[in-house]
Amino acid sequence: MTTERIRILDDEGNLINTDLEPKIPKTKLKKAFETMVLLRLIDEKGIKLQRQGKVSFHIFTRGQEAHVAAALALNDEDWIYPAYREHGLALYRGYPLEDLVNHLFANIKDKHKGRRLPGLFGSKDHNFVNPSAPIGTQVIQAAGTGYGMKIRGENTVSTVFFGDGATSSNDFHSGMNFGAVTKSPVIYICQNNQWAISVPLKYQTAADSIVDKAIGYGMNGLQIDGNDFLAFYVAVSQARERAVRGDGPTLIESVTYRVGPHTSSDDPSVYRSEEEVKLWEKKDPINRFEKYLISKQVLKNGDRDKLTKKYDDELNRLIDEAAKLPKFGLETLFDDVFEEMPEFLERQKAEILQYKED
Amino acid sequence: MVDTNIVGAINMALKEEMERDNNVVILGEDIGKDGGVFRATQGLIDKFGRDRVLDTPLSESGIIGFATGLALYGVRAIAEIQFVDFIWPAADQIISEVAKFRYRSGGEYTCPMVIRSPYGGGVKGAHYHSQSPESIFAHTAGLKIVIPSNPFDAKGLLISAIRDSDPVLFLEPKRIYRAFTEEVPEDDYTVPLGKANVVKEGTDLTLVSYGSMLHVTLEAASLAEDEGISCEVIDLRSIVPLDLDTIGMSVMKTGRFISVTEAPKTSGFSAELSALVAENWIEYMEAPILRVTGYDTPFPLTLESFYLPTPKRVLDNIKKSVSF
Repeated sequence: MTTERIRILDDEGNLINTDLEPKIPKTKLKKAFETMVLLRLIDEKGIKLQRQGKVSFHIFTRGQEAHVAAALALNDEDWIYPAYREHGLALYRGYPLEDLVNHLFANIKDKHKGRRLPGLFGSKDHNFVNPSAPIGTQVIQAAGTGYGMKIRGENTVSTVFFGDGATSSNDFHSGMNFGAVTKSPVIYICQNNQWAISVPLKYQTAADSIVDKAIGYGMNGLQIDGNDFLAFYVAVSQARERAVRGDGPTLIESVTYRVGPHTSSDDPSVYRSEEEVKLWEKKDPINRFEKYLISKQVLKNGDRDKLTKKYDDELNRLIDEAAKLPKFGLETLFDDVFEEMPEFLERQKAEILQYKED
Repeated sequence: MVDTNIVGAINMALKEEMERDNNVVILGEDIGKDGGVFRATQGLIDKFGRDRVLDTPLSESGIIGFATGLALYGVRAIAEIQFVDFIWPAADQIISEVAKFRYRSGGEYTCPMVIRSPYGGGVKGAHYHSQSPESIFAHTAGLKIVIPSNPFDAKGLLISAIRDSDPVLFLEPKRIYRAFTEEVPEDDYTVPLGKANVVKEGTDLTLVSYGSMLHVTLEAASLAEDEGISCEVIDLRSIVPLDLDTIGMSVMKTGRFISVTEAPKTSGFSAELSALVAENWIEYMEAPILRVTGYDTPFPLTLESFYLPTPKRVLDNIKKSVSF
């Protein structure tokens, strides 16, 4: 039943479908590659910081970095509801690396005031919505935003990312259904990374593939090699075109793999084999994209190492600065529960402030 | 002025706010051509069209999640849950999303929206059309909870809720939707959230209630009056934020306190009111702090008249208090 999987680069990064090869300006391709390299480095730094006890938590993007392609296919005005492994979209849109590092440290410069686990960030300036932790809740929210865009007659789309596990959630179902019924400009992107923490895809669904679920909702569906940057770009571009034309939403199943653990709290050796991980490491999205970019003379051999060194220096500097900053004070505990603090919270605040350490 | 009932006043508020601001959108099950199962949205689809009066698929979590996406985007969404008994699939969206966006994003994203829903018993609706879950939502940070008891307040409070910057759960006492009418201004007016109303002044005892139970409470106060007991009756109008000052002023004067709510007794909002009065004004109290509530059973059908607080049951508690 499954539709044909879109692949433009093979596992080694050779161009295998010239008809579908998108025309993307070199500056954008370069910036996308830089973002992907940066993501890989953030993973390396993040887990070290967590193991050193300097940050509380780390969420990995390793193996799923091709998602950056969506940022090129979308306009900056388009909304993105991330799951939690899509940091690259915010970074590509200009979310400052400094903000991300301060967020990881949950320090006084953290835009979320030290209230979120590291990695669960959003940025209103970049139309990158603050994510939740309960799985799938953002799918229906993205549909609502798309409906808002539709009734206002905007030329924008609402895009939502979620994992294979989320396809079992209530909000996936209502999100797909409401979006399709209202024919709203929504792009649903399932990062099927094969594992929902320890539960493999075969225990998540009996469907042949996730993209097949689109049929039941009367929705367009596309399946892509999710480690193929170009396929990712083409699918999101097609879905966007369709959505702004008024032809309704698309479900994109991106077949990828979570090479890293679920989070810093997870030990994947308990539930999956090293062989399986190695198999997927051979399909690494950054290596494939790099090979393509070298063939297109966007990059040269050795550029990646230089880039890694540059970002390594920058991250080290930002981490040193972030680590020095204090956390938000006790007086902020009651801020942002409501727009204006009601009296009962004023009273509770006055009580807790007696316990403030000098 | 228009002589109307609560459901009519709600319809007026919705219509006027949708006329005033074309950014206001309502959504829910059967709210279009049908006008809602209680007719609160009657005529709105003809006036404002399907885009702004959206008949949704049958999914409460979907309705609230969709409204959340609209609210985040800047559309002022008013979601109807047909009976509050059906709200639980949406609890995750309400408790963990709608009520938390402002806090979890450090104030970057906000979720101002109104969730309207009929609540309460006394309509022979049995378990799934009769419950009063306000205390469960009062236990979640970031949500305002408003419960009107009359047409004037229903319109004024709903307009306030629609214009509020925070999410509001607006519970409508369906038992008295059409029980009585009163003069309601056609002009724009608001009743502020978080301000209780002293419906009847008195000196011997303070009675606190809201929604349809306010009328049971007033009846009990009137029976007590016949026996020479002067009760002060307070209509809370909203339970979050709670107007504690008005309660305090009253109990310092009367030294006696009874709250009347129809939800189950254990951990009901009456328990919260009792605790607050004890914490703050125990030295003024001349009798035990009492509460008249529903019982800790599922909501019954044939026995609902016993389950729900009655004027007689409230009166007995009043006598118990004054004779202590």
